[in-house]
Amino acid sequence: MSAPHTDHSSQPVLDSSSIHDVPANAAEIASHAVEYLKVGAALLVLTGVTVGLSYVDFGSRNMNIVVGMIVATIKAGLVAAIFMHLKGEKITIWRFLVMTGIFAAGLFFLTYLAHSDPISGTFHATH
Amino acid sequence: MSTIATADTGHHDATKEHGHGEHHHPELGFLQRWVFSTDHKVIGLQYAVTGLSFLFFGFLLMLVMRWQLASPGQPVPMVGAFLRSVFGQTVMTDAGALTAAGYNVFGAMHGTIMVFFGIVPVAVAGFGNFVVPLQIGAPDMAFPKLNMASFWCFFTSCVIMTGSFFVPGSAAKSGWTAYPPLAGIADLEGGNIWLNGQTIWLIAMVFNITGSLLGSINFITTIIQLRAPGLTWMRLPFFVWAQFVTAFLLVLAFPPLEAAGFMQLTDRVLGTSFFMPTGLMIGQSVAQTWSGGGSPILWQHLFWFLAHPEVYVLILPAIGIVSEVVANNTRKPLHGYKAMVYSVFVLGFLSFIVWAHHMYMTGMGAKVAAFFQVTTIMISVPSVILLTSLLMSLWGGSIRFNTPMLFATAFLPMFGLGGLTGIPLAFNAVDLFLHDTYYVIGHFHYVVAPGTIFGLFAGVYFWYPKVTGRKMSEFLGHVHFWGSLITINGIFFPMFLQGMAGVHRRWYDGGVTYEQLAGPVLHWNMVMTVSAGLLALFQLVFIWNFFTSWKLGQKVGRNPWDATTLDWDTPTPPPHGNFDKPLMVYRGPYEYSVPGHPTDFIPQTEKV
Amino acid sequence: MSNLISKYFPLFTDKEVPHTVQARPDTGLYSAKLGIWLFLASEVMLFGGLFSAYIFLRIGAEPGYWPSGLLNVPVGTMNTAILIISSVTVVFAWAALKMRQLGKYRLYMLITILCGAIFLTVKLSYEWPAKFNHFGVFIKKESASKYEAFLGNKHLEVTGQNPRWEITGHLLDAPKGSSYAHQAEHNAEHFAHETGRHDAVTPAEDDYVIQVDAVNANPSDKDNDRPHFWPRETSTTLAVINAKDVESASVFAPRHSTYFATYFLITGLHGLHVLGGILVFLYLWLPFPGGTGLYKTNPEHLANRVEIAGLFWHFVDLVWIFVFPIFYLL
Ligand code: HEM
Ligand SMILES: [Cu+2]
Repeated sequence: MSAPHTDHSSQPVLDSSSIHDVPANAAEIASHAVEYLKVGAALLVLTGVTVGLSYVDFGSRNMNIVVGMIVATIKAGLVAAIFMHLKGEKITIWRFLVMTGIFAAGLFFLTYLAHSDPISGTFHATH
Repeated sequence: MSTIATADTGHHDATKEHGHGEHHHPELGFLQRWVFSTDHKVIGLQYAVTGLSFLFFGFLLMLVMRWQLASPGQPVPMVGAFLRSVFGQTVMTDAGALTAAGYNVFGAMHGTIMVFFGIVPVAVAGFGNFVVPLQIGAPDMAFPKLNMASFWCFFTSCVIMTGSFFVPGSAAKSGWTAYPPLAGIADLEGGNIWLNGQTIWLIAMVFNITGSLLGSINFITTIIQLRAPGLTWMRLPFFVWAQFVTAFLLVLAFPPLEAAGFMQLTDRVLGTSFFMPTGLMIGQSVAQTWSGGGSPILWQHLFWFLAHPEVYVLILPAIGIVSEVVANNTRKPLHGYKAMVYSVFVLGFLSFIVWAHHMYMTGMGAKVAAFFQVTTIMISVPSVILLTSLLMSLWGGSIRFNTPMLFATAFLPMFGLGGLTGIPLAFNAVDLFLHDTYYVIGHFHYVVAPGTIFGLFAGVYFWYPKVTGRKMSEFLGHVHFWGSLITINGIFFPMFLQGMAGVHRRWYDGGVTYEQLAGPVLHWNMVMTVSAGLLALFQLVFIWNFFTSWKLGQKVGRNPWDATTLDWDTPTPPPHGNFDKPLMVYRGPYEYSVPGHPTDFIPQTEKV
Repeated sequence: MSNLISKYFPLFTDKEVPHTVQARPDTGLYSAKLGIWLFLASEVMLFGGLFSAYIFLRIGAEPGYWPSGLLNVPVGTMNTAILIISSVTVVFAWAALKMRQLGKYRLYMLITILCGAIFLTVKLSYEWPAKFNHFGVFIKKESASKYEAFLGNKHLEVTGQNPRWEITGHLLDAPKGSSYAHQAEHNAEHFAHETGRHDAVTPAEDDYVIQVDAVNANPSDKDNDRPHFWPRETSTTLAVINAKDVESASVFAPRHSTYFATYFLITGLHGLHVLGGILVFLYLWLPFPGGTGLYKTNPEHLANRVEIAGLFWHFVDLVWIFVFPIFYLL
């Protein structure tokens, strides 16, 4: 990832305005490349872990689901934080993503609540 | 690089290129100028005109229904034969009376059209597109092409939805709420699975929702990114705040309904059972098309997760418009501007966690009902703050009662009545009695018809001069206002009386079959129907005024209302690129009657 | 091409809208970055709606009506890995552009596109068709005892597990008039060819004959209580099921059950997102004026576009990270 001398912007075809230059943070980006590789590897390993754990008997199906979801959340967190640059992303974006998270959680949770607290005899099991 | 410098250059370029109005673009044909335009003002007008047409259409559907409610089974006078030839025999009898199925079609389409094809396009997309970029001093929306795409997505949905009247069996009949399992089985027996009202309704809604989503993303980005230099958050006109929160509601609440729409669609065309319960009986036998295992309640959750925020989508832009008109015509700053801004955010937030107050009747348990009851009562607090702030703004003002102000003033008590009648409904115990009666219909129509629609009228009269360079006739405006105010109350007030007497919202004969129950309140049907007919006449005055003033209205300059916000700081009508000078904002949005200043208003761009 | 467009549709071309490429100083964002995140927020809610339907239906399902172990786990795992790799290559493509290395950008982008294409091909030409040729019959509860040899409910009850109501496998014979007759005929021929047996087609007109899956062949075997990583061969045991005992019968299509309905809807919608991503990447990879053509005039703009498209792609990956366990494993 770190071979700046093959840079096309230094070729004569192009005019030399600043947008063609390698940005000042190029070195930083290059150093990120290693991080991206590591995260990619971690994700692959965690995929293996998810599959493996699903065949371990944790006592009940529900426990397996909980464990599986925890691993999936970790993976999703890695993708969001590193690949999607959420780590260090601007506050504006964070603000409404937090809201989105709250409302999405509300959608899951309240739906579940309404489902789990029926007046007996009025709400029929769905199958 | 500072904020000021960047944005300044932006505006400078725009000025150089576009500063002198459209006549510098003689090469633009009609198509590019008015049809496939990416200019936010043109798109705003496209939305507004399409939306207003649909509002009128939806209203006409309801007129026919009202006729049926007051004189059940009688042929519709004058237009009966015409309606029969347009809508076909499912909807109208040969004699020209509305059939039972036709009543269902008109009811479902009235609701759908008014909400998704009328109010939202006019209030959010129409006014939002035209006014927001002007008020924040932007040359256009952040994504002009996306803006055009939203409109065409919306327009496609309009064509599809309107077209559904003409398929075998006519349009959707299961209410604007499309509750399964009724909506899941409607029109399927012996019909084509694609070419029928309910399936087409779902497809049209998917387009409609997609257009809304793209539009709202555009609004939020525009407001965050394109504010003119100096236009800090607390200097934004309240209308912009209202649109900002509205857009968030749309972005986050609509997708679950889109998901639910996909599910109902696959229930209908692929035979899945998302919403189809086990052992569903159709007629005498268990339905074989579905494996079962689904839940109709799931639809209600996903539907109301959207549809409650949606009611705030319907009302917030109107409150925004009313705020602008009130501040301008009382010649005073808005009372409690900051409190209003915070309230609108709290309102937006809470509106996501109250949805199940539409579902008290589904057998939900006491704990859950209590939760939704509490959040629903909580949400009335910010609503009251908004309304009170606006009322207080009137206090001690030397009010100019022009047509926009009349509508804005009337909005306040009407919206208040709608809001107040909602509070009993929030209580589970009361709602079990009132649910699905005309009381509910009365409640939401007070909010939406003399509420939102009056707000929209205020907006039309208010910004018409900016769009066309001419004012609408004040005299006709007054006629329109007083006529509408009186008749609209004649329609909706009796609904409370009928509803409390137990009249159900979906009886198609107006309650005659249930004479013993409804007898004492049935005579109101005639009052309501006559009022609705008269209301229609007064709308003709508006339509006449709207079109004739385009050519004949009194000519005005840049700022006919002596207003302070940036939308009045552009040439009239605003050219492509909007502003003819570099912008710099120095003050808040409502600096009216500042002591010691020679005029009674100080534009936001004035340095002094 | 862009010249042509601007000549005939002048308003199709962007006017000078600020912050299209350069970030706005006080937010630190260029507009499209904000736009895509808002779009992704709405996507979170879209898939949120679908996932909450999954939870709702699964919790509400009666015991024994939420199947498991019916999907091909190794293939799903491979597809997961492919998506993860493509997520890495797409950030690499973006980083290459940031460092103005056009060649590397092209390479990484190509790999990304290929990964997406493989993912979709596996899904559409292998996984889904395999499901469409797999059959399941739910037995009515009152008739279940007749089919105990295939259901093993005594064993399940003793060991405290959910009952089993379904017999799955390949359909070899269907009741008269069934829409699956053609498929059954085809499978029966195949079965006869493989095993040399011709007893698959019964003369009775209201029977389903199913060459059952390993689970139904030995339903009381403890080894079958939990799903397995490698899919098991279909047994050569045949189950003959009378149509009167059948609650519902279907291939593994959306109509089969709420499980497959959610599976096909969510993976289908996800697949559409993959397809959309591929198309956008292709556009950015080919020398269109808005694609690689942009490199000459404004490489930063191209980098922004790749970043935006990449964000979308990561999101698609992220959704899959949840889809995979909830349908394939748990
Ligand atoms: C001003 C003229 C209007 C009249 C006379 C009117 C009258 C009615 C009536 C009588 C119903 C009950 C239909 C039934 O039996 O189910 C109804 C339903 C409804 N109206 Fe209006 N309405 C008007 C304007 C509006 C507006 C502006 C909206 C915009 C939001 C609207 C939205 C609805 C909705 C959502 C329903 C429920 C439809 C359903 O449940 O199927 N109406 N209207
Ligand atoms: Cu509500």
